[in-house]
Amino acid sequence: MATSSVSKGCFVFKPNFKKRKISVPIEEYFNEGKNESEDSKLRFETYQVIWQQMKSETEKMQEELNKNLFDSLIKFLQKSHSGFQKNSRDWGCQIKLREIPTAALILGVNVTDHEFTFRSLTEAIQNNVTPYVVKLQARDCPDIKHFLQKLFSQLMDCHVDVESKEEEKDIQKKTHCSMDSLSSWYMNVTQKTDQGKPRKKRTSSQWQSPPVVLILKDMESFTTKVLQDFIIISSQHLHEFPLILIFGIATSPVIIHRLLPHAVSSLLCIEIFQSLSCKEHLTTVIDKLLLTTQFPFNLSEKVLQILTSIFLYYDFSIQNFIKGLQLSLLEHFYSQPLSVLCCNLPEAKRRINFLSDNQCENIRRLPSFRRYVEKQATEKQVALLTNERFLKEETQSLLESLHVYHTNYFLVLRCLHQFTSSLPKYPLGRQIRELYCTCLEKNIWDSEEYASALQLLRMLAKDELMTILQKCFSVLNSSSEKQLGSTAKRIEELLAQLQSLDAEVKEEEDASGSQSKGLQKTDLYHLQKSLLEMKELRRTGKKQTKFEVLREKVVNFIDSLVREYLLPPETQPLYEAVYFTAAHTLHEHLNAAPRLALHTALNNPYYYLKNEVLKSEEGCIPNVAPDICIAYKLHLECSRLINLVDWSEAFATVVTAAEKTDANSVTSEERNDIIHARFIRAVSELELLGFVKPTKRKTDHVARLTWGGC
Amino acid sequence: MNKLELNEDKVLEVRFVGDDDVLNHILDREGGAKFKKERPQLLVNTKKIIKKPEYDLKEDGIEVLKDKNYVEVLGRDVQESLKNGSATVGGNKVYSFQNRKHPEKMAKLASELAKTPRKNVSYSLKNDPEIMTDIPQCSKGHSPSDEVQLKNNDKSEFISTTRVLRKRLIAPRNHSDSESEYSASNSEDDEEVAQEFEEDTNKAILSPKTQAQNRVVSAPVYKATPSKKMKRDKTSDLVEEYFEAHSSSKVLTSDRTLQKLKKAKLDQQTLRNLLSKVSPSFSAELKQLNQQYEQLFHKWMLQLHLGFNIVLYGLGSKRDLLERFRATMLQDSIHIVINGFFPGISVKSILNSITEEVLDHMGTFRNILDQLDWIINKFKEDSSLELFLLIHNLDSQMLRGDKSQQIIAQLSSLRNIYLIASIDHLNAPLMWDHVKQSLYNWLWYETTTYSPYTEETSYENSLLVKQSGSLPLSSLTHVSRSLTPNARGIFRLLIKYQLDNQDNPSYLGLSFQDFYQQCREAFLVNSDLTLRAQLTEFRDHKLIRTKKGTDGVEYLFIPIDNGTLSEFLEKEEEES
Repeated sequence: MATSSVSKGCFVFKPNFKKRKISVPIEEYFNEGKNESEDSKLRFETYQVIWQQMKSETEKMQEELNKNLFDSLIKFLQKSHSGFQKNSRDWGCQIKLREIPTAALILGVNVTDHEFTFRSLTEAIQNNVTPYVVKLQARDCPDIKHFLQKLFSQLMDCHVDVESKEEEKDIQKKTHCSMDSLSSWYMNVTQKTDQGKPRKKRTSSQWQSPPVVLILKDMESFTTKVLQDFIIISSQHLHEFPLILIFGIATSPVIIHRLLPHAVSSLLCIEIFQSLSCKEHLTTVIDKLLLTTQFPFNLSEKVLQILTSIFLYYDFSIQNFIKGLQLSLLEHFYSQPLSVLCCNLPEAKRRINFLSDNQCENIRRLPSFRRYVEKQATEKQVALLTNERFLKEETQSLLESLHVYHTNYFLVLRCLHQFTSSLPKYPLGRQIRELYCTCLEKNIWDSEEYASALQLLRMLAKDELMTILQKCFSVLNSSSEKQLGSTAKRIEELLAQLQSLDAEVKEEEDASGSQSKGLQKTDLYHLQKSLLEMKELRRTGKKQTKFEVLREKVVNFIDSLVREYLLPPETQPLYEAVYFTAAHTLHEHLNAAPRLALHTALNNPYYYLKNEVLKSEEGCIPNVAPDICIAYKLHLECSRLINLVDWSEAFATVVTAAEKTDANSVTSEERNDIIHARFIRAVSELELLGFVKPTKRKTDHVARLTWGGC
Repeated sequence: MNKLELNEDKVLEVRFVGDDDVLNHILDREGGAKFKKERPQLLVNTKKIIKKPEYDLKEDGIEVLKDKNYVEVLGRDVQESLKNGSATVGGNKVYSFQNRKHPEKMAKLASELAKTPRKNVSYSLKNDPEIMTDIPQCSKGHSPSDEVQLKNNDKSEFISTTRVLRKRLIAPRNHSDSESEYSASNSEDDEEVAQEFEEDTNKAILSPKTQAQNRVVSAPVYKATPSKKMKRDKTSDLVEEYFEAHSSSKVLTSDRTLQKLKKAKLDQQTLRNLLSKVSPSFSAELKQLNQQYEQLFHKWMLQLHLGFNIVLYGLGSKRDLLERFRATMLQDSIHIVINGFFPGISVKSILNSITEEVLDHMGTFRNILDQLDWIINKFKEDSSLELFLLIHNLDSQMLRGDKSQQIIAQLSSLRNIYLIASIDHLNAPLMWDHVKQSLYNWLWYETTTYSPYTEETSYENSLLVKQSGSLPLSSLTHVSRSLTPNARGIFRLLIKYQLDNQDNPSYLGLSFQDFYQQCREAFLVNSDLTLRAQLTEFRDHKLIRTKKGTDGVEYLFIPIDNGTLSEFLEKEEEES
């Protein structure tokens, strides 16, 4: 069946045997299209397992992060309508009764992540406060009528206990949705539940009349008129319809006052809640997913760099970050046959035994493994390269050491972060992810930043040093694996030594106190002079205090730790199996630049069509290039308007020159026609691409829509 | 910024600036620019990643530096970067400001391009690189007219005739325009004139500073040394150039029109016939490209199933590629092909084909949102339901609206609806904000095919393509066949009247009273009520339109061009 027609734009295709569906399992697509489909089924399964784990981990984490916020919100909701409950005659309550309790929830600009927050918030409220929770979005409510209709219909759905839903639906259709009908409905429902059977264990049953919570997801995009009207109307009905508003705000709380005039905003009793910043969120995500041995999968420096820069410079969206992580996971398992070993250690060891000959060959081909082999003795080299069995055993031990490497790596990384995160100006970055990136990239101790960081560390005060050491100690103790047990012990010793210094330090202070006596009241000149002398004295004397010696020790100790454990992953054999390195594919698929691609295709066709004829200097284009490239190049020479006649003539000049040799067969008239047709095609293609558009300003002219080089 | 202050000073006082001063000034500025370049480098040292300042359009150097930095960060291998064109060009080339273009530039470039003999392209192009650079000045050596004259000897008559034609056609225009008209006789003089003209206009509108710059342009020093030209280009204030290019509403282009050329417009059919004679070039390379993309089909299917949606971009029609994808991968699954380039497409029709043809639902919906909700519920309920959407040109005129995109995005975010779409427009990604992008969950794939957009451009009323009118003609005959003889007579009367008056420029239409009179005389109607009843039918078919004249009388006319009408009449007569 053709998919082009002059009367139709949509073509539906249904396979005939649709009842008996033979849906191809997804694994098939994973296997096919690849020539070496080594263990692809296993790989795909591993991918799915790891991805599911990661996903559930992130969701758990998000819930934990939101917990604080939700707790305080729910507290607010519970107490806000207590006045309504008590029905007291207290004057303060009377005033409060006229105001709608409102929670302004400041969520940050990463709008795409809000959906999840709202979903779990709704759940939390429904479990703890009230069954009546309504979420509204600006795009559903262009005016107050739609607003109320949506509110009404969602409330109906919320109310689960309704015996006959159909009946309610009918009512909704018939009745004109107004605040009156809403409040009468509310009365009806609450009374019904009061008289009726005692509710189950729902906490809200203790409330006589549970409040109605209305969540406006994107407060900024609501039309002000709708909001104002709704607030004014509902404040009038507040005594019979206990409403609580929750505004989802992406920018800042000032927006409420900008959207609502004073007369309206004074009807609200606003409390502000701030959600966790997305940067902290990212830190926890990286901490929980990447800086851990729980997941065998790791990212290389460049990949991590790309993902974080997309996050920081484009959208602040955790969701997108996770999506990038998913894609890199998929790409890793799809493209690396040895990724079959990317699972937990015992399983990987088991899998090694079942590796095919081809896979063994793959292992031997790994650059990191080759480097490793070259370092071995000759007999071992031969054995590794010829004996499959020996290779497998060796691989097992290598994987084990890789695992140990990772365990130590993350612990030492965290320790180092404890040291560097408090330094002034943060030479190695404030966040652990920056430190991680640098460590992944190269030997960190070769970098200038590291040297300066060490220098700064040598100037730390004692109490700072001690708190840092204590933190390191707890970090090292936190891990279940006792790889770095001796290190922890060493730190403990250092701590003890530092504490014992206290007494000596006091003596020092006395000494310095006596020295300061020497500086008596003098004029400026003398003061400077004596200070200079003291400085000179210190330099030449170079007498280190005990604390300084100890501090030096600590710094050296940390330095040795770093040098031992924070080797870049490339140094480890078999690292390719667990690290995803293809940063360019990630960038291509997530952060594409369509405009640049167009530019390249039009300016430099050789880039795509590897034909020597098309090779040219930058900025020029050979006259045999595709028509559209020539037309494009010519149009670049024009300013805002282009004369079609000139353009076509110029085009013809170029094209005729290119064709000169083989144009004997056709008559010149026909050839001109063909060239004209080609020109027409090129121009209309440029129009489709959005480079030119027809204009009425001058006959037979087109307007250029771009400026500059593209 | 000291630069800004400088500008202000210049605006305030007008005085003569000597060439040497100007040169000094420029050199000075370059020093300033260098200083600026050094600053970011320091920044790079202290901190690896700098956030790109958005407004830093002036500082080329920084842009380049950052691009390099960013590309380094990406570390794409040269081998694999074939997939993405972005590796080769820095952003400053794509997004630079427009220079003030010399009106003659295009012809110039054309002749330059044409001049290069086919076989040793690279050689001769390398010879004159300064011509190819974007300096709004022509080099002295070759004038376009010379080139053309040379070529006329061995080439078809096309150019020469049009040149002559054009010379004759220099219409009396306003003073400045005629001065800058290129008569293609003496290019040297032409240059001067054009330059002077440029200066004239500049004097009127621009600040004295730019005037000084223009002087520099015309100064002989510059013409002699191209290297200095480059310098000027670099240091000139890009922002100012932008406003210079956009400030005056007058644009210099020649006044020639297509009508003067014999072969103005072709209709769709002839165009296709002509194009079919063109042998496609680089077919081997194109085939190779396409094969590369075809290898991705399995991956696409995998990623679609894992919850991503796929968008294809890049130059060239992606329709064939998607068709092949459909043919190889989707034969056993329900799928909808949507031609976004079809002028009658709408979200409504997409949703309708889902509800009616895929889900076999016969009911109607109050509005689109209801329909969308219904579809979403349906797909959520039945997880065994799977639907592939193939959208050619998601960025077409009809679908690019915010509402349409929102709805398609919501559809695509469903777990069991898989979307694979193509975009072509330069600014297509601007359609999507963060929310829509996260709904779409795109994976981008570059598929540059270079294949012509035949199908995509065949619908639109292209610039140079004449509307053949075959469509209105067939619908006319169709409608008229279903009419009663009387009604047909009425219609014919109106057509004849309109054709008789086709040369009358003040013809408004036939007033109702006159029309009634004529119909009565021809025994076609007996009361004006019957005539009105007949006319309603025509109006429903959009065959007749009414206009109120200045005197309040209703005028009737047929909104179809006269050629089609006369053809219709001829056919009618043949039949009867």
